[in-house]
This record gives sequence, C-alpha cells and structure tokens, in this order.
Amino acid sequence: MLERIQNSRNVLGFIFMLPATLLLLLFLTYPLGLGVWLGFTDTKIGRGGEWIGLENYIFLLGDSVTQLALFNTMFYTTVASVLKFFLGLWLALLLNKNIRFKSFFRAVILLPYIVPTALSAIAFWWIFDSQFSIISWVLMKMGWIDSYIDFLGTPWNARLATLTANVWRGVPFVAITLLAGLQTISPSYYEASAIDGATPWQQFWHVTLPLLTPIIAVTMTFSVLFTFTDFQLIYVITRGGPLNATHLMATLSFQRAIPGGALGEGAAIAIAMVPFLLAAILFSYFGLQRRAWQQGGSDK
Amino acid sequence: MSYLDTTSTKLLKTYLPLGLFLFVLLFPFYWMGVTTFKPDNELLSRDGNPFWIISPTMAHIEKLLFRTEYPQWMWNTVVVSVTSTFFSLFASVLAAYAIERLRFKGAKQTGLAIFLAYLVPPSILFIPLASVIFQLGLFDTRLALILTYPTFLIPFCTWLLMGYFRSIPFELEECAMIDGANRWEILVKIILPLSVPGLISAGIFAFTLSWNEFIYALTFISSSEVKTVPVGVVTELVEGDVYHWGALMAGALFGSLPVAFIYSFFVEYYVSGMTGSVKE
Repeated sequence: MLERIQNSRNVLGFIFMLPATLLLLLFLTYPLGLGVWLGFTDTKIGRGGEWIGLENYIFLLGDSVTQLALFNTMFYTTVASVLKFFLGLWLALLLNKNIRFKSFFRAVILLPYIVPTALSAIAFWWIFDSQFSIISWVLMKMGWIDSYIDFLGTPWNARLATLTANVWRGVPFVAITLLAGLQTISPSYYEASAIDGATPWQQFWHVTLPLLTPIIAVTMTFSVLFTFTDFQLIYVITRGGPLNATHLMATLSFQRAIPGGALGEGAAIAIAMVPFLLAAILFSYFGLQRRAWQQGGSDK
Repeated sequence: MSYLDTTSTKLLKTYLPLGLFLFVLLFPFYWMGVTTFKPDNELLSRDGNPFWIISPTMAHIEKLLFRTEYPQWMWNTVVVSVTSTFFSLFASVLAAYAIERLRFKGAKQTGLAIFLAYLVPPSILFIPLASVIFQLGLFDTRLALILTYPTFLIPFCTWLLMGYFRSIPFELEECAMIDGANRWEILVKIILPLSVPGLISAGIFAFTLSWNEFIYALTFISSSEVKTVPVGVVTELVEGDVYHWGALMAGALFGSLPVAFIYSFFVEYYVSGMTGSVKE
C-alpha cells in the first residue's frame, strides 16, 4: 500500500499539494467567493445580510464619494505608474552604466521598497506636516515661498503629496527589475549598431527598448496592480481626507466596511476593483503575445 | 559610447542624477533618524538649522520603550513573521516540488492557479476574510495573522522555488531513484541542499512581506497587546491632535531596522530572487 502511494505521481502530488491547497482554498478562494456574495447583500457588522441583488452597485454608481474615489484611483494609478516607469527606467539606465560602487548603489536604492510602507508613510506624514514641514522650511529659506505650504490640507496638495510618497516607494522596484532586463541584453548588439554609426539615442530606441519590452510589460503590470490596490500610504498619511479628496477604492472600502460597519457595501467597492485589475493583466498578457509574434516567436 | 565620455560629461550625465536619486530615496530615513534624537523644543522650532541636532536626546526612545507597548508589538511582529515564513516555506517547497517534478495530472493548471493567487491583492480580500476569521473564533489573535499571511506568501514562494527546482538536473534524481531512494528522501537529501540559495531568497521575501503587512493586521486585531509594529505605531502612538513626532519617528526607525538589517546580509539573494521572479 505504502509502496503504491510512493510510486503514483498523482497520489503523491495530491499529498504534497495538500498544505498549500487547503490554506489557499480556506483563506483565499473561499473569501474571494464570499466577497462577491457579500457585495450582493446588505450585511452589517454583527448582523447577517439579505440578498439585495445589484442594489449596492446601483447605490455606489450614484454616490459622489465613490465616484471621487474611482477618479482618484485612476488618477493616482495613471500618474504614479507613468512617473515610476520613466524614473525607474532612467535609474536603471544610470545603474547599468560603468560606475563605481555599483553593487552598493543597487543595494541601497532598494531600501524604500524593503522598509514597511506604513512606517515610511509616517515619515512622509511628518515631512509634509503643515507647520514644521522640512520642505516648506527649505523653500522659505530660499525665498521661494512666503508661508508654509499646507501639503495635506487642500485636495490637490494632498493628492500630489500621497502620489509623491507612492512614487518614492515604487521606483526602486521598477528600477531593479528593469536593470536585470538591461543586463540580459548582449553587448554585441550595441557594438554592431555603433559600427553602423548609430547614435546613443538610436541605440536606446532601436536596441534597448524593443529588447526590454517583455520585462517592461511584466514589471509595469505588477506596478499598476499594486498602485491600483494601494491602501497603506493613503490610510496612514491622509485617511482619505481632506474631504475624501485622497480616498482610493481600497481605503473607501475599508472605511465603509470596518469603522462604518457596512460589510456588504465595502465588499461591493472592493469587488468593483476586480474588472480593472483583470483588464491590466489581460492588457499585459496579450501585449506580450503580440510582441512575441512580431519578433518571430511562435504563439504560445 | 559612454566609455568615451569625458570625466565632466560623465559627472553631469551619470553621477549628478544618480546622486539626486540617492538623496531623494534616502532622505526620509535620514529624517527619521534625525527626528528620533531631536529634543522637542528643537523639533517644534522654525529657527536654526533643522538638518542638524544641537543637543541630542534619548527621551523619545525611552518613551517608546518604557511608556508604550512597543516592545510587545515588536515581539508580536517577530513571532508572526517567523512562524508564517516557516510555514509558508514548508508548504511552498512541497507544492513547488510536486508541480515541477512529480508532474501529477493537472500540475500545469495548478502552477497557473498559484500564479493567479499571487495577483489577488489583500485589499480586496480583507472584508470577507475578516468574517472567516471571526467565524473561526480567531479574531484578535496572532494565529489569525499567522494563518492568513501565507495566502500571499505561499504563491510567491512557490513560484520562486519552482524556477529554482527547474534548474536542478533531472539526472540527479534518477540516479537516486535507481539507488532506491523514495521521493521524500530525494527532496530532503538532494533537492533541498542544492536549493539553499532559493530557499534563502524565498525566506527573506516571506519575512519582509509579513513584516510589512498592514491591512490584515489592522482589520483582524483590535487589542494593543496583539498588534504588530506597523499597525501599533500608526494606531496607538498618535494621540489626539498632539503628535509626538520624536517617538513616532523612533518607532518607524526601529520597526524598519530589523528588515533592513536582514536584507543587508542577503541583498544579492533578494535582488536575484526579485528579478528572477519577474523574468519568468
């Protein structure tokens, strides 16, 4: 009997998969399904809910705070991802050059990504403090402004401040993964193109960028995914304020569900993020496939 | 070509932007450090040079260590991170080996499902998960975190280890089988010793990810003595309208140090794990 189990790949595979599968089914797949179901109910904390169909979603469509949160999330994701891409690519290109202390730079630059986001967010909260901000202090001393800037007190200032913190945290990830991509490009391409008289810009445009596209697609999908569902930075720095101006879908969902007690409504907001996330994944997946086909690769 | 650049162009085009990046990326840490040791009267003054400390003080650290529950939060974070890391590594090694080497029926689909699980963000799961935790009677316990963190650790570690196992030649296993070793012996005596670097990078990732986790700890824990560092600092050190910036920054600094310390020892593993997992 024991002999048979050891020789059957299927039985053994099943046993080996058991711990991971059980845990993921109980704490990931089941909650995901439960979340979809909760979104169709009017469940409150401490009280089971009734099926109310699309009522939550219809209410949220007309709810101005949800509309604002959706706008904020789109704005935050788009601007932060674009900035992270350009700054990250620039940093990767700099680190790919022949510089001293390369491994030191590479190690140090990842620090914002390693350190707990909630804790670095507190540092940003202090840096953006309305009365003692170090940024305001420097600008005042340089004579560029007359009074301290209220970074977190007005809607657009607060949006840009949280955006800055998000970009600060995300650039290292993009830079390091793109750097890894850059290092896989064979130097012979650059030699060949240099012999043909290509300028550095032409080399970047016709050699680096096309060869880097697959890894850019994967990196940016991850980046977009994590920015879109960001919770910590906003929760710590502004809690969605001032006047809901910085609420993202995730923070609004938390606020309605946990302190607000409306579990069903909160779940509906969270589930409403899923189509956007799927779109991001599919976009990157099909973009990659098309790319592979164009370069002569076979369809997978 | 870049190596033909003169020293001055290189300085302008490479080292200047690099220096700026470094300054911006590291400044918040410097600011945490400076604030930690600055007495309140210097913190709340607009005169003088705020970049420097005139009379350093240990008062904020003392307050943090002796008049808050910070040490307890630290201990909770260590317990939760270490246990969930070990548990996730155990489950991931088995899963990755099964998918990559046993090639059971449906292994490929299972591999894809594991990858998709990694893409499910905690911020869409925490509400239903809170009700699961509540039903299981785990609300406000460390066990709630130890059991839920593996949901994002296992997919990541499995994915990373699958790549690692793939690089180990099949022949080694075949030889061992001919010598009469069973699958478990092969895994423990051949595969695992050969994949120590992979295990280290998976372990550091799992540890830093669970040390950083915020939304589950915020939602599933309400008593101060069970909180983790990130949640404790954010929810308990902020009292009313008066912010004790010194103690807050000290809390942020000390909460960051353990991960930064571990990371500094294994930075190469971390970087190669990170880039490898994206390139797959």
